[in-house]
Amino acid sequence: MATEHATAGHGGEAAAFDPMHQFEIKRLIPLEIFGIDASFTNSSLFMVVAVILISGYIIFSMSGRALVPGRMQSVAELGYEFVANMVRMNIGSAGQKFFPLIFSLFMFVLVLNMIGMIPYTFTVTSHIIVTFALAIVIFLGVTLVGVVIHGFGFLKFFVPSGVPALLLPLLVVIEVISYLTRPVSLSVRLFANMMAGHTMLKVFASFVVGLGFLGGWAPLAFMVAFTGLEVLVAFLQAYVFAILTCIYLNDAIHLH
Amino acid sequence: MPQLDFSTFAPQIVWLVISFIALYFLMSKLALPRIATVLETRRDRIASDLDEANRLRTETEEVIQAYEAELAEARAKAHSIATEMRETLNADIAEKQAEIDAQIDARMGEAEARISAMKDQAMGEVSAAAVDTADEIIRKLVGGKPAKAAITKAVAAARGN
Repeated sequence: MATEHATAGHGGEAAAFDPMHQFEIKRLIPLEIFGIDASFTNSSLFMVVAVILISGYIIFSMSGRALVPGRMQSVAELGYEFVANMVRMNIGSAGQKFFPLIFSLFMFVLVLNMIGMIPYTFTVTSHIIVTFALAIVIFLGVTLVGVVIHGFGFLKFFVPSGVPALLLPLLVVIEVISYLTRPVSLSVRLFANMMAGHTMLKVFASFVVGLGFLGGWAPLAFMVAFTGLEVLVAFLQAYVFAILTCIYLNDAIHLH
Repeated sequence: MPQLDFSTFAPQIVWLVISFIALYFLMSKLALPRIATVLETRRDRIASDLDEANRLRTETEEVIQAYEAELAEARAKAHSIATEMRETLNADIAEKQAEIDAQIDARMGEAEARISAMKDQAMGEVSAAAVDTADEIIRKLVGGKPAKAAITKAVAAARGN
């Protein structure tokens, strides 16, 4: 583990116990394109790894195209059916053309979260900028879909039906605010879950080392249990991210 | 907090865009169509197999019905043959019975006739013996010669009793 890093105020000794150290972005290959810093960082590395893992797994496992699937193919089909059902349940038949997007989103976030559970790796989704970038693109895309389908009628989305005229201005304001906070809640939920979990693990790991052979067992036992929980959270957050995207799309297509 | 280091935002966004677009195209053009084809093929195969199974089942049912109809027919035929046979046999038996009865009757009549003839003959002999015995007894007791005609008459009278 690297002992020198950018955060000031820590010596080389303390760095190993700094729970935030694991979120450090390291430029592996400094790069600049059109004046934009496009350095290949540890974050980029794991994004590329995730893309290769997902694509490689599906393409490899489906290469047999077996009528009766083996284990590998079953898992790929399971993932497909899982997301396909999610899209069908939440959006209906109109959602079919968004299926590849939802599938990519779900798999991307899931695999990035899961890779993050392996020690010494980097959790891409623990960075707010990544989750926020995804969320804002989803938000803008969903809004665009709504406008393309309904035109100005999309504004009706902000006007709840069956409400006294007196309350209407207030409710419209609330609706607009809740709509605008969607990308924030979507991105912060994922980022905060990932960051908090990993920080917690790191803190307890430092307790194990700090308390030594005699006292370290209690935090170690906790860590084992907590790692299980974190795996669940990693899956759940990917699921929540994908299903919320589905729900937002459904709102835009069907105007609740 | 490394998450708030703005200098790292640009490279993260750039690589997020690159990798996610790459993933999207790999998924939508390569990976998902493969899975979809396999699933579709399987669904079609299952549907056609089910159709085939249904077809075979109706066929089987038809065969079973035909078989049962034939079985019923055969049973009816067997029944009629059995009845016919029974009637023929009964008639035959009755005929033979009558024949045998007639034969038995004829023999019985014959035997009865023979028996009564023998009885008559025996009776005649008994009468003659009685007459002779009476003649002898009278001759020994009384002496002389009794009238044969009177004795015969007396024997006949005794037998008449």
